[in-house]
Amino acid sequence: MSDLRELYQEQILEHSKTPRNFRALPDASRHAEGFNPLCGDHFTVYLDFDGDSIRDIAFQGSGCAISKASASMMTQVLKGKTKAEAEEIFRRFHELVTNQEAKSGNGEGNGENLGKLAVFAGVRDYPVRVKCATLAWHTLHAALEGSQQPVSTE
Amino acid sequence: MSTVARQQPGGAYAPRSGSARFDVERIRQDFPILRQQVHGHPLVYLDNAATSQKPQVVIDAVRNYYERDNANIHRGVHFLSERATEEYERARRTAQRFLNAPDSREIIFVRGTTEAINLVAQTYGRKHVAEGDEVLVTAMEHHSNIVPWQILCEEKGAHLRVAPIDDRGELLVDEFEKLLGPRTKLVALPHVSNALGTINPVATLVEMAHRWNAPVLVDGAQAAPHVQIDVQALGCDFYAFSGHKVYGPTGIGILYGKAALLDAIPPYQGGGEMISSVTFEKTTYNKLPHKFEAGTPDISGAIGLGAALDYVKGLGLDEIAAHEEDLLAYANAALSAVPDIRLIGTAPHKAGVVSFVMEGIHPHDIGTILDQEGIAVRTGHHCAQPVMQRFNVPATVRASFALYNRKPEIDALVSGIRKVREVFA
Repeated sequence: MSDLRELYQEQILEHSKTPRNFRALPDASRHAEGFNPLCGDHFTVYLDFDGDSIRDIAFQGSGCAISKASASMMTQVLKGKTKAEAEEIFRRFHELVTNQEAKSGNGEGNGENLGKLAVFAGVRDYPVRVKCATLAWHTLHAALEGSQQPVSTE
Repeated sequence: MSTVARQQPGGAYAPRSGSARFDVERIRQDFPILRQQVHGHPLVYLDNAATSQKPQVVIDAVRNYYERDNANIHRGVHFLSERATEEYERARRTAQRFLNAPDSREIIFVRGTTEAINLVAQTYGRKHVAEGDEVLVTAMEHHSNIVPWQILCEEKGAHLRVAPIDDRGELLVDEFEKLLGPRTKLVALPHVSNALGTINPVATLVEMAHRWNAPVLVDGAQAAPHVQIDVQALGCDFYAFSGHKVYGPTGIGILYGKAALLDAIPPYQGGGEMISSVTFEKTTYNKLPHKFEAGTPDISGAIGLGAALDYVKGLGLDEIAAHEEDLLAYANAALSAVPDIRLIGTAPHKAGVVSFVMEGIHPHDIGTILDQEGIAVRTGHHCAQPVMQRFNVPATVRASFALYNRKPEIDALVSGIRKVREVFA
């Protein structure tokens, strides 16, 4: 049995209660909406670019502890990164929470190259929660692509 | 036709006397799936409004059919085909008695409630609803009693009207009545709300609709396992329910329709079985109920459903309802005593459902933590997003009860909620 503390790490709970960059960016270069129709989670991710790099990033919306903490930490990690770097971090984060990381040879499966995002490693033991952990990231991806269509996890 | 409940194939099951004490521990023995551990805890299954577990008699009926009787129905002259046909038609008569329908021709086998509603929308609806007409539903519908009507209204240029509910989750009957009028061509409403548990005063609502000559379809998906259904007493024109929510197999359900209405509307799907004769120039449709059963149906599912309805009738719907009311009162009291819990749906007349939210904790997180304690609940919008919007919540936790649940399971739910608090402390 997985220990719930592996999933609900202190940092995850803390970010879910006090999310960072939890606001709208009225002058955002890009924004996108994401939904999880199964549980009703709904986020908007805002991006402001300085050339190719993310000058500012923020989000708004409602969701469970996992999705909100993931969105919050995503905004912290991606500030100052280029679009390509952001997509690469998403790819590795996705591998971490779906337990593909060790298999793909990009690490030992504990997210050591993902910094603080490694706290989401516990999500891999809860497959139904992967959508929660990645909702903000899929929304980010849509914003980077300039998609006008809201993202859905279904 | 016979009105005497017949012994199931295999003979293992005899209906219990309705007057016997409702012995939940003995009843639990009928459900093999309940004898298991989940994440190291005994399974506490409180997601019955999503689907119910199956008693051994239902599992046996499906297995017996495939082991002994399997053949296509209504066609072959051979022995097995006759026997399969007999079992299938017996299940139809069981469903007829279950609903107290006047005639077995009024019982159509469908895939489930959703297909039944779509059938009525696409046949009766397309024939009788025209531009500027109205279809009336309530604010407590499941999506399956909204979307088929939206599709119809969009096609016809008709309007979907919605009767409001109050803060307890009760239909505002006066408002419902005001929304009826000469343009109302059909009314669709739930017998019991899936997200709130509210039991609607269906007979009264049907009477109001009939004053405007509007037929009424009742979505009985959440009523069939919990309350005695009598379509003649309700006066409704169509009644739909799903087998899997009333201890039967998935993929099978019932549409009841008044024979005069069913006779007068076009078929739903074309194919074998639903025809009397076919030439390339002209096809004559079969009689009821076969006119609405194109193609080989879910024969084993129908037989399994018949076994399930016999099982429920054997225990007695009044006894089941009394047991579940007791559970509901216990759960209401237990959950009301937990700080920061808000119950969603507090109608005085309710069946089998407690829906709630917890201050500061998302239902999805609650569901994951309860699951680790072996407790199965549903979290989300329960395919009733307009209900969630009405109560201004994104989602709820829903615990829903069945005839095999018992009070210690509600105690387990309450301890599980305490655990949620600990994790989020």
